[in-house]
Amino acid sequence: MSSSHSELLLDVQDLGVSFATPEGIVQAVDAVSLTLHAGEVLAVVGESGSGKSVTAMTLMGLTRSPNARIAGSAKLRDLDLLTAGAAELRAVRGEEIAMIFQDPMTSLNPVHRIGRQIVEQIQAHRDVCGKEARDLVVAQLERVGIPQARERLDAYPHELSGGMRQRVMIALALSCDPSVLIADEPTTALDVTIQAQILEVLSQLRKESNAGIVLVTHDLGVVAEIADRIAVMYAGRIVEQGSAGEIFYDPQHPYTWGLLGSIARVDRPRPRRLPSITGLPPSLLHPPQGCHFRPRCPHAHEACLATPALVARVPGAHDHADRCVMAPGRKAKLRQVGGQIGLEARGAWR
Amino acid sequence: MASGVQPRSHAALPEVGRPAGLALRRLRRNRTALGFGALFVALVALALAAPLWAHIAGTTPSKNHLSDTVVVDGRTEQVVTFDGVPIAPTWQKKFFLGADTNGRDVAVRLLYGARNSLFIGIAAALITTVLAVLLGTLAGYFRGWTDAVISRSLDVLWAFPVLLLGVALGVSLALGGLKVGPLEISGDSKWIPTMIIAVVSVVYLARPIRGQVLSLREKEFVEAARAQGAGPLRIMFGELLPNLVSTILVFFALLVANAILLEAALSFLGAGVQPPEPSWGTMLAEGITLLATSPHLTIVPGLMLVLTVLSLNIFGDGVRDALDPRGKVRPEHG
Amino acid sequence: MGRFVVRRLVGMVVVMFAVSVLTFLIFNVIPNGDPADRMAGKNSTPAQIAAIEREWGFDEPLYEQYLTTMEKVASGDLISYANQTNVVEEIKRGLPRTFALAIGAALLWFAMGTALGLYTAVRAGRWTDTLVTVLALIGISMPVFWLGALASYYLGFKAGLFPNGGYSEIGQAGVWEWVKHMILPWAVLATLFIGVYSRVLRANVLDTLNEDYVRTARAKGLTERRVMVHHVLRNSLIPIVTLWGLDFGMVLGGGAILTETVFDLQGVGQYFAESVGQLDVPPVLAVTLFGAFFIVLLNTLVDIAYAALDPRIRLSS
Repeated sequence: MSSSHSELLLDVQDLGVSFATPEGIVQAVDAVSLTLHAGEVLAVVGESGSGKSVTAMTLMGLTRSPNARIAGSAKLRDLDLLTAGAAELRAVRGEEIAMIFQDPMTSLNPVHRIGRQIVEQIQAHRDVCGKEARDLVVAQLERVGIPQARERLDAYPHELSGGMRQRVMIALALSCDPSVLIADEPTTALDVTIQAQILEVLSQLRKESNAGIVLVTHDLGVVAEIADRIAVMYAGRIVEQGSAGEIFYDPQHPYTWGLLGSIARVDRPRPRRLPSITGLPPSLLHPPQGCHFRPRCPHAHEACLATPALVARVPGAHDHADRCVMAPGRKAKLRQVGGQIGLEARGAWR
Repeated sequence: MASGVQPRSHAALPEVGRPAGLALRRLRRNRTALGFGALFVALVALALAAPLWAHIAGTTPSKNHLSDTVVVDGRTEQVVTFDGVPIAPTWQKKFFLGADTNGRDVAVRLLYGARNSLFIGIAAALITTVLAVLLGTLAGYFRGWTDAVISRSLDVLWAFPVLLLGVALGVSLALGGLKVGPLEISGDSKWIPTMIIAVVSVVYLARPIRGQVLSLREKEFVEAARAQGAGPLRIMFGELLPNLVSTILVFFALLVANAILLEAALSFLGAGVQPPEPSWGTMLAEGITLLATSPHLTIVPGLMLVLTVLSLNIFGDGVRDALDPRGKVRPEHG
Repeated sequence: MGRFVVRRLVGMVVVMFAVSVLTFLIFNVIPNGDPADRMAGKNSTPAQIAAIEREWGFDEPLYEQYLTTMEKVASGDLISYANQTNVVEEIKRGLPRTFALAIGAALLWFAMGTALGLYTAVRAGRWTDTLVTVLALIGISMPVFWLGALASYYLGFKAGLFPNGGYSEIGQAGVWEWVKHMILPWAVLATLFIGVYSRVLRANVLDTLNEDYVRTARAKGLTERRVMVHHVLRNSLIPIVTLWGLDFGMVLGGGAILTETVFDLQGVGQYFAESVGQLDVPPVLAVTLFGAFFIVLLNTLVDIAYAALDPRIRLSS
């Protein structure tokens, strides 16, 4: 999955989303830049409140609050999704760019049959008769591994299990063969065994359709399974991005160390206790000055009071950027001290 | 969900911890609701001050001035003409809002009527609340046959055409009064419409209370109280009741508003407050028949009633918005 | 479905039994309520009263009287104490009037309540929303008979736009006359409900707009109109339809006593109001039963409609 040769699908530059609340302005997304190429899986990783879901929703034009202010640009091929008119946006939604939502229990309308809910999308974009549309739906449902697809057309969402519903959501998202698929925590609401199946479906699709997938998640296990590139978000900003290998083997930002440290790995001796990041994520209403991670970072010093830029800092790795001003050599040393935040990254990944 | 709008900041914590304080702050921001709440308080104060105005006007709510005259703009006019048409509002101390066909001062009757209407409205709502909380809590807490008996009775009440029931009870009790053991209520007592309204309204509040108790009794804090050896009474009044307060508050203003309207309807049909005792309902009932000659007899008590009920409805609405966390405007995601 | 209907029928019989016993007791256990006394008039001798008691069966035990009365209700020869007319015939005469009022008003308030509720929800926070909300609250706060009397007098009698009360048979004076007589009663009765329904629907729509499936619908690239109609309104209307069924049943069963009386429509409700003033037990009992019947019937229909509108609901209990 080399990203450099394939077509550039999505180009997000300096995306900012803020909400006016009675208490003040909340900067939910701050200067986020991302690219997505055909056939690539980009994982956007972060904890709750990091702005990753708001980013995903904004790309779909679903941040509709009258209190929201959106800045920057997000080009889907030549169309800027942030400034597109309602009709232009409608034409690409579901057709060019589709989304899989977190909770399959609530994301399907409970009073309509699932077949109808997918047919509705196909007929919004394609001039097909009901019969043709239903055949297309059956094909999609079979593709995502739903048995007896034709009978399931007339099922209501509540008659299906959670995993089946998420497959229906995926079939819905894929029904018009979109070139960009945004998956917002697609496995979070599901059982672990079902999660693996859904990930299998997703990676299968990436191979078959050459679509680009933006995978929004807090689950690094999911990321390790499927991602080509990773962007780590913290408090509205991307703090580090690079290839999956770079992030997992050579993480540069202390927050990324913390994230990686918080998952247990079977290929390592088990630490006495999983290290965790102390403190709470900052209030986006009154974010800390400079580096947002500064109040929780054990290595913070005066230089962190200025907002660090997201630039390549590792010699020779041009696509690996981070927002930590520490020298790469010092980072490598700190990472290896036990008991500090982050785990040493050694050994074979996967 | 990763929405930046509800940050887990330290500043947000006290709000979560003290819902009552939060609700109060939200209510304080709602100027309209507060304004109408104040209006209702003012109306109650006005009703309490009825004797004061009666003193100023120099009459009582039941004193007839059929053959009296009053000086308006320098001219002497009959309070009630020989054709039986009462004087219109004079906008002065005597007969400020005109007279009725018996030559009684409408302004004085309006204020005394307000005492009765408000008394019935508030007393009925209080009784309804006590009955509904009792029934709803018992049914929800004990479940089983207690619940079956209470719920089925409420079903019957629900199926009963409320106004038909109220009118039937009102007319028959007004005639005969009520005798239950040592308690004796005469037919013209305002406790009769009060009790009727209280009883027919119980179902509106008892059902939601029962539902809430059914879910509350499974909560950990009830389990904890039970584990500490608390009896059913302690749990019902010590643990459950405080959690029902917001439901009760939301309903209370609306119950009062509803009771005032119901009193007017019953009185209009002769099944409520009995003449000569004034209430807005009885004044309307008398006034409507004279709409052609004396519209003030219909318009004055009607406007007073609408203003009162409207102020309660708007205030109650504000209370509900403040207490209901869903009332918050939230962004479309998150 | 079959079991559901049977259970509901049994429930209906139980409720109607309870309602009839209650109504019967209300009028027979209160003091000074002896019907024979009143029928005999003021200057009656004990012998006359006794004769009336024998003739009407008032000397029998209460449960016998109840059974006899219910038998007469069923067979249709229930006779009024006050004017010796046949109660069932009187109800039949009032039926088309009550139905005309109930059906017209119910359609009006459903349509207007839905339209205003949707409009205010879409415009939530703007001045038009505030205006309609205030009007709705005023509508809720007015006594129906007061509004009716004012409308009837000022629009009917004074302005001459409408007839001043009364009912016009379609067969006699034609459809137009009938409509002219019904417009004000429909509007007045509907006002209160429009206020309630528009506010309930507004709240429902605002809640539904926040549902995940509405977000999904938008993500599909549907037109805003389709999202609003097929996903938002369709789901928001479910509780409204059930509410509507219950209120419609109440009005069909003579619950619109005040509107009927103030417009002199001579429907079942007005018949009740007049009978109760004379303490005339048979018509009061019959109309109450009639009202309870419609309320229970519509309750059942509402449950069936609910299950049809929301596939998650099963008709089990």
